[in-house]
Amino acid sequence: MAGNGLSYSEQGGEAAPELAQEAAPTAAPAAFGLFSSDTKKNEDLKQMLESSKDSSKLDAMKRIVGMIAKGKNASELFPAVVKNVASKNIEIKKLVYVYLMRYAEEQQDLALLSISTFQRALKDPNQLIRASALRVLSSIRVPIIVPIMMLAIKEASSDLSPYVRKNAAHAIQKLYSLDPEQKEMLIEVIEKLLKDRSTLVAGSVVMAFEEVCPDRIDLIHKNYRKLCTLLVDVEEWGQVVIIHMLTRYARTQFVSPWKKDDEDVVEEYNENNFYESDDEQKEKDQKVKKTYVMDPDHRLLLRNTKPLLQSRNAAVVMAVAQLYWHLAPKSEAGIVSKSLVRLLHSNREVQYIVLQNIATMSIQRKGMFEPYLKSFYVRSTDPTMIKTLKLEILTNLANEANISTLLREFQTYVKSQDKQFAAATIQAIGRCATNITEVTDTCLNGLVCLLSNRDEIVVAESVVVIKKLLQTQPAHHGEIIKHMAKLLDNITVPVARASILWLIGEYCERVPKIAPDVLRKTAKSFTNEDDLVKLQILNLGAKLYLTNSKQTKLLTQYVLNLGKYDQSYDIRDRTRFIRQLIVPNEKSGALSKYAKKIFLAQKPAPLLESPFKARDHFQLGTLSHTLNSKATGYLELSDWPEVAPDPALRNVEAAEVTKEWTVLLGKTKKEKPAEKFYSESEEEEDESASTSATESESGSESEKEDKEEGSSDESSGSSSSSGESSDSESDSKESAGKKTSRPAEKSDSEDSKKKAKGITKKRNMSSSSDSEASSSEESSSDSKSESDLQSDSQSGKPGRAASSKKEDKPVQDRKAPNKKDVFLLDLDDFCPVASPAAAPAAAVLSPSLIADLEGLSLSGSSVIDVTTQVFVPTKTYELLHRMSGKGLAAHYHFSRQPCIFGERMVSVQVTVTNTTDQKIENIHIGEMKLPAGMRMHGFNPIESLEPEGSITVSMGIDFCDSTQTATFQLCTNEDHFNVSIQPPVGELLLPVTMSEKDFKKEQGMLTGMNEASATIAVAPQNSSSPVIIERVVKAANLGVVPSGQDNIHRFAAKTVHSGSLMLVTVELKESSTAQLIINTEKTVIGSVLLRELKPVLSQG
Amino acid sequence: MIHSLFLINAAGDIFLEKHWKSVVSRSVCDYFFEAQERASEAENVPPVIPTPHHYLLSVYRHKIFFVAVIQSEVPPLFVIEFLHRVVDTFQDYFGICSEVMIKDNVVVVYEVLEEMLDNGFPLATESNILKELIKPPTILRTVVNTITGSTNVGDQLPTGQLSVVPWRRTGVKYTNNEAYFDVIEEIDAIIDKSGSTITAEIQGVIDACVKLTGMPDLTLSFMNPRLLDDVSFHPCVRFKRWESERILSFIPPDGNFRLLSYHVSAQNLVAIPVYVKHNISFRDGSSLGRFEITVGPKQTMGKTIEGVMVSSQMPKGVLNMSLTPSQGTHVFDPVTKLLSWDVGKINPQKLPSLKGTMSLQGGASKPDENPTINLQFKIQQLAISGLKVNRLDMYGEKYKPFKGIKYMTKAGKFQVRT
Repeated sequence: MAGNGLSYSEQGGEAAPELAQEAAPTAAPAAFGLFSSDTKKNEDLKQMLESSKDSSKLDAMKRIVGMIAKGKNASELFPAVVKNVASKNIEIKKLVYVYLMRYAEEQQDLALLSISTFQRALKDPNQLIRASALRVLSSIRVPIIVPIMMLAIKEASSDLSPYVRKNAAHAIQKLYSLDPEQKEMLIEVIEKLLKDRSTLVAGSVVMAFEEVCPDRIDLIHKNYRKLCTLLVDVEEWGQVVIIHMLTRYARTQFVSPWKKDDEDVVEEYNENNFYESDDEQKEKDQKVKKTYVMDPDHRLLLRNTKPLLQSRNAAVVMAVAQLYWHLAPKSEAGIVSKSLVRLLHSNREVQYIVLQNIATMSIQRKGMFEPYLKSFYVRSTDPTMIKTLKLEILTNLANEANISTLLREFQTYVKSQDKQFAAATIQAIGRCATNITEVTDTCLNGLVCLLSNRDEIVVAESVVVIKKLLQTQPAHHGEIIKHMAKLLDNITVPVARASILWLIGEYCERVPKIAPDVLRKTAKSFTNEDDLVKLQILNLGAKLYLTNSKQTKLLTQYVLNLGKYDQSYDIRDRTRFIRQLIVPNEKSGALSKYAKKIFLAQKPAPLLESPFKARDHFQLGTLSHTLNSKATGYLELSDWPEVAPDPALRNVEAAEVTKEWTVLLGKTKKEKPAEKFYSESEEEEDESASTSATESESGSESEKEDKEEGSSDESSGSSSSSGESSDSESDSKESAGKKTSRPAEKSDSEDSKKKAKGITKKRNMSSSSDSEASSSEESSSDSKSESDLQSDSQSGKPGRAASSKKEDKPVQDRKAPNKKDVFLLDLDDFCPVASPAAAPAAAVLSPSLIADLEGLSLSGSSVIDVTTQVFVPTKTYELLHRMSGKGLAAHYHFSRQPCIFGERMVSVQVTVTNTTDQKIENIHIGEMKLPAGMRMHGFNPIESLEPEGSITVSMGIDFCDSTQTATFQLCTNEDHFNVSIQPPVGELLLPVTMSEKDFKKEQGMLTGMNEASATIAVAPQNSSSPVIIERVVKAANLGVVPSGQDNIHRFAAKTVHSGSLMLVTVELKESSTAQLIINTEKTVIGSVLLRELKPVLSQG
Repeated sequence: MIHSLFLINAAGDIFLEKHWKSVVSRSVCDYFFEAQERASEAENVPPVIPTPHHYLLSVYRHKIFFVAVIQSEVPPLFVIEFLHRVVDTFQDYFGICSEVMIKDNVVVVYEVLEEMLDNGFPLATESNILKELIKPPTILRTVVNTITGSTNVGDQLPTGQLSVVPWRRTGVKYTNNEAYFDVIEEIDAIIDKSGSTITAEIQGVIDACVKLTGMPDLTLSFMNPRLLDDVSFHPCVRFKRWESERILSFIPPDGNFRLLSYHVSAQNLVAIPVYVKHNISFRDGSSLGRFEITVGPKQTMGKTIEGVMVSSQMPKGVLNMSLTPSQGTHVFDPVTKLLSWDVGKINPQKLPSLKGTMSLQGGASKPDENPTINLQFKIQQLAISGLKVNRLDMYGEKYKPFKGIKYMTKAGKFQVRT
C-alpha cells in the first residue's frame, strides 16, 4: 500500500520537483509512473476505495478531494466513489458528498445510484443528516431527479427543524436554476417558508425569493412586519439580503418622504416641522394635501434597521446605509455617515467599496460627510485606488469654509511620489476652482506654479487643467498664456502640448506677437509630433490664418502641405477640410465665408464634473453601482409611487392574532355559517393549484349541507355547551393578555351568549380572509369604527354580510389565503368544511367527477396538500371517570384538525365536566410523563368550573407517529389524577389531497418493504362505494383520492409528526372480497392501520 | 451568490479551487491576472473585476488572493466581508493562514468551505459552530484519530445553530475558569512637517478570551462610556442594554472573539504620545543629502514607549544611505528604497536618533517631496483615550471566574510628513 501511495503521489503530483526528490530511492517505479497512464494511477485509489477498511477509504477520499481542490480531473473514479455514499463513517460520507457535488453533473446516470441513499437520509431522525442529504440531493444537478427534489423540498419545508427548513430554502434556488419550469411550485414553497417565524430561515428564504420571483412583491405584504421585527435576530448574511429586499419593497409601497423640489419654501418649512414630530402626529388628519404622514410601516422599517448600523459586519452596515439613503427622510439619512466612516478603518477592499458609495452620496448631500472631512485625508501608504477615491470625496466636500484647509492638504498630495495620484490631485484642484469662485484665482496661481514642476506628468496635467480653467473665465489671462507658450519648448506630453496650442489658437488675438512664432516653431517639428498635437497645430494655423493672415499665410500653407501627406488619414482629412474652409478658391462654397465664425466661435466652458455623478441612478451598495454598469440580475429601484398602495395589505399580524383567538374561541361551537360557502369556493378557485378538491366540491354541494346542518349540530357531542364555554374561554384568553387589534371586540365578550356569538362570527369573518382589512378603502386607523360597523351589520344578517362583502373584493383574495390560513379557517367551526356534513357530500359525488375537478385544478402537476378532514368522528374516549376523579369527569375526542400548537401535534379536544355540586377551581395539567420524543401542549388552566358545568378545551400532543400513551396529571386545586391518552392509529394522520396520478406515482415509490396488504372478506352491505368511503374515513383520518375506477378506492394521508405519506387502497374483487393495500414508509403504523381497517370493512 | 472560489498565490498559481454551483473553468482567472499585471502592486488590484460572464471579487490577505466568482448582482461588500471571514476562519483553525498551511490541510479546508456556504449563500460562519462540525486539526487529534478511527467531523447539528445564542456551544467545561479582556487602541494620525496634528483618531477594540464553563452571562461596565463615539458589537452584545444603560451585557462565545470595536473621533482631542524631529534635506546638484531623525516621548502618562519601528519610503533618486543609529538596528533596501529602523524602547533620558547621509543619483534633480515617516509603537498598560473598564460581573453560573483586563495603545496608521 505504501509503495502504491508513493507512486501515486509521483504521478498525481505531476512531477512536482520536491516529490521527485523524496522519491529518489524508488526512482525506477517513478520513471515507470511517468509513462503509465492516468487510469493506472487511479487504479490504486480504486483499490483503496474498495478495501474493507474505513481508514484506507478515508485516505483515498482525502486524496481525491485534494485532486479536486487542485482542479485535477477525478471524474473517472466516480463509480468507485459513489459506492461509498452510504458509508457509516461520517467523514467518508462527507467527502463523498463533496465529490458527488463536483462530478454528478458529468456522470448523471451513475449519480442516480446515490439518490436512494439520500432519500433514506431525508428521513433520518438526525436533523444534520436530513439537512445535509437535502443539500447534496439538491446540489446534484441532474435534471431527471427534479421531481424527487421537488418532493424533498416540499417535505423539508415543513420539517420540524428550522435548520432543515433553511436548507430547503437554499434548495429552492438550486432547483430553480436547474429547472426554471418549476417556478410556480417553488413560489408556493417560498410563500410557505416566508411565513416561517424562525430567524434561521428568514434570510435564506428571502434570498430564494430574490432569486426566483423578485417581482412577486405581493408575497411580502403579509410578512413585511414580521420580517421587520425579526430582522435584528436574523444572522448577519440574511440581514443583508432582507434589507436589500425591503428597500425595494418600501420603494413600491410608501410615498416619498422627501420634499418635492418644486415646493416652495413655506411648504418646506411645514414639512421640516413635521419631521421633527412625526411620531406624535401620526394620526393627524390629512387636511393639507401636501402634509406628509409617514406610513407607520415605513417608520417601523427605519426604526428596526437602525441598530444594525452597529453591526460588526460591513455588509450589514452598508445595507442599512443604503436603506436610509433610499428611504429615510433626508433629515434622518445623516445618521449613517458615522458608521460608514467607521468602516474606513477596515480592510482595503471594504474601504474601496465604502468610499465609492460615500463618493456618490457626497455629491448629492455634502452635509452628511462634512464633519468627517479629516477622515478622508490621504495617507502615503494607501493604495492608489483608495487615494483617488478619497480625493474624489474631498473634492465633493469642498466648500467656501473648508477650501483653504483642503488646498493646503492638496499641496502635500501634489508633491506625492505617486505621480498618478498627483495628477489626480491637480484635476481635483481644478474642480474646486470651478466650483468655488472665491478660490479660482488662488488655484490658478497655484497651478501656474506647478508648471515649473520638474515632473512632466504633473506639468502636463496642470496645463490641461489650466486650459479648462481659462476657458471658464477667459477675461484677462494673457500672462498665463504667454507663460505657457514658453513652456511649449520643454513639455513633451502630447495632451499638454495640444492643450497649449489650442489655448494659443483660441486666444491668439490676446497674444498677437507670440502666436505666429509658436506656429513657426511647431511647423518645424510638425512631422515629429503626436497626432493629437498635429491636429492642434493645424487648428492653430487655421485660426491664425483667419485673424492674422498677413503674417501667417505662408506658414499655414506650409503646415497644410505637411498635413496633406501625413501618414494618418485623420490628419489628411483634417487638412483637406481646413484648406477648403479657409483658403478661398473658386470651388469653395458658401461655407468659407463663415470660416471665422466656425473656428472662432464662443465655446462653452467644459464642466468639471465628478466621475461619480453618473452612478447615482444605481442603488447604493450594489455591484452595479461599483461597476457603474448594470450587472446581470440587477433589480431597478423603482421610483416612489404617487399614491401609496393600500397599507392595509400588510395587516396580517393583527389578523393572525385574532385568528388564533378565534380558533380557540370557536373551538366548541358548532354553528352554521353556510352562507359563506360560495365566497369560500370562489376564493379557492382564484388560488388555483393549492385548492383542495374536497373543499370546492363541498362548496358546490352547500345546499345539501344547509339541510344537514341541523343534524351536525346535534351530533357533535361537545357543541351543546358551546355558548357558555366560549364565553368563559374568551374571558380567560383575554385575561391572559392575548392581544387583539380591535378594541371594540374586547369589551363585550362577557355579555350575553348571543352577542358573544356575533362577535366571534365577526372575528371569524375577518380572519377567514384578510380581505376586510385590506379591502377597506379607509386607512387602518379607522379600523375601530369599521369593526363597529361590522358588528352592527352582523347582528342583523351575519353570514350574508360577510359573503357579500367578500364577493365585492375578489381581488385581494389571491393574496390573502394561503395554506396555513386555510387551515386556521377550517379549524374555525363556522366554516362548513369542518362540519361532518362534508363527508357524505364528497362521497356522493361520483369519483370520476372528482377526478375531473381534480384535473382542472391541478392540471397535472403533482401537488400533495394537506386538506381538511373529511369526517369528524364523534367517538369520545374516557380520560377520567367521574368516580375516580372525585366528581371531575373528562372525555376526549380527536377533532382531526391540524393542531394549532404545533405542526407535528395531533389536536385533542378534552371535555371536562363537573359532576359535583361544588365549584372546581383551577383545572390544569400537571406533571407530564411522556415517552422520549413526545411533546405535549396542554390547555390553558381553567380557572373554575361551576357545578354541572362542562367545558371543552383543546390540547396538542406530538405522538411521534407512534401509538404510545401520553400520560399526564390532570390537576385541580385540591387533587391530581393520573390520566393517559392513547391515540388510535387512524388519528395520527392528516388527510392530504392528491390526484390519482400522483397517488400512483407515490405508490410506485413505496413498494416492497413499505407495502402491507391483506385480503379481506367484505360484508355485502359494505360493498357500495359511499359506504366504503364513509367507513374508512370514519376509522382513520384519511383523505379521499378521486379514483377513475369504481372498484378501487384510494385514500391518502400523511403522518402528523413526520409527514410521511400513508396511502391506502381498497380494491374490491369478485365474491365480496377486497384487497387492502397500505403503502407507507412508516411500516409499523402501516401494519397497525391495516389491522384496524380490516374489521371495519368486513363487519356489517 | 458566490459561485466559486479560487486561491491564488503571489506567483500567480491557482492552488485551490472550490465550486458551490456548477463548475466555472479556472480560465476565468485570466481576467484577474490581466488586472493584476496592470496594477503594478498587489495592493492596487481592484477588488471588483467585471468579465464578460462573471464578476471577480477578490481580497488580498497573507499574500494570497481569495478570488470569488459571482454571476449576478450581489452587494459586493457581502462577498468581500465573507471572504475576509473565510480568511479569519482559516487563521482560527490553523493558527496562520498561508499557502503551505492550506495545502497541508486541504481536506479540512474543503470541509470547512463546504459548511460555510451552501449554494453560494453563507450557512455557518460562526467559528464556534464550525469547530463543532469540523474539528480543527491538532497533532494529538490526528494521532488519536489514526488509532481509534474516529473522525474530525461532527455528526450532530451544533446546538448553537438552532439556539438563540448561535455563537456559543453548549456543554463547555473548564477546570480553570478565566475571562481576559484586552483593550487595544490604535492611533491613526497624520502629523505635518511642523509637528502639529492634522488629523488623529483612535480606533479601539476589546478582544476577549473567555474560557468559562456553562452559560455565563457577563456584564462589562465602563468608568467613562461616553468616550465611545461609535461602536460596533459582536452579535452577542445586547444592544438595548447598551442604548439605555451603556453597559455591555452578553453571553460570550467560547474562546477568542472581538467583543467590541469603537471609534473615538477626531473631534475629541487625541493625545499624541510621540514626536519625531526630522531633518531631511536634499540639495540641488549635490549627490549627498542629509538625514537625521530623533524620536521622543510626549504625553505618555508616565508609561514607556516600546516596540518603536520607524520606516520610510525614500524617493527613487536615493541610491544608498549611510546612517548610524544611537540605538537599535536599521536596514535600507536599495531596490525598494525602503528604510526601516527598529528602535525598540525609548529612553527619555537618551533619545534615540538616526543620523547620516544619503547618496543620490548623480545628475538627477532633487526629489520634490521629502519622504513620509511611518511610525510603529506600543505602550503597555495605557488606553490613550482614557477608557477604563469599571467592573466585570458574571451571572448565571455559580463559580468564581478569574478576570483580567489589559490595556494597550498601538500606532495604527501613524504618519509624519516631512
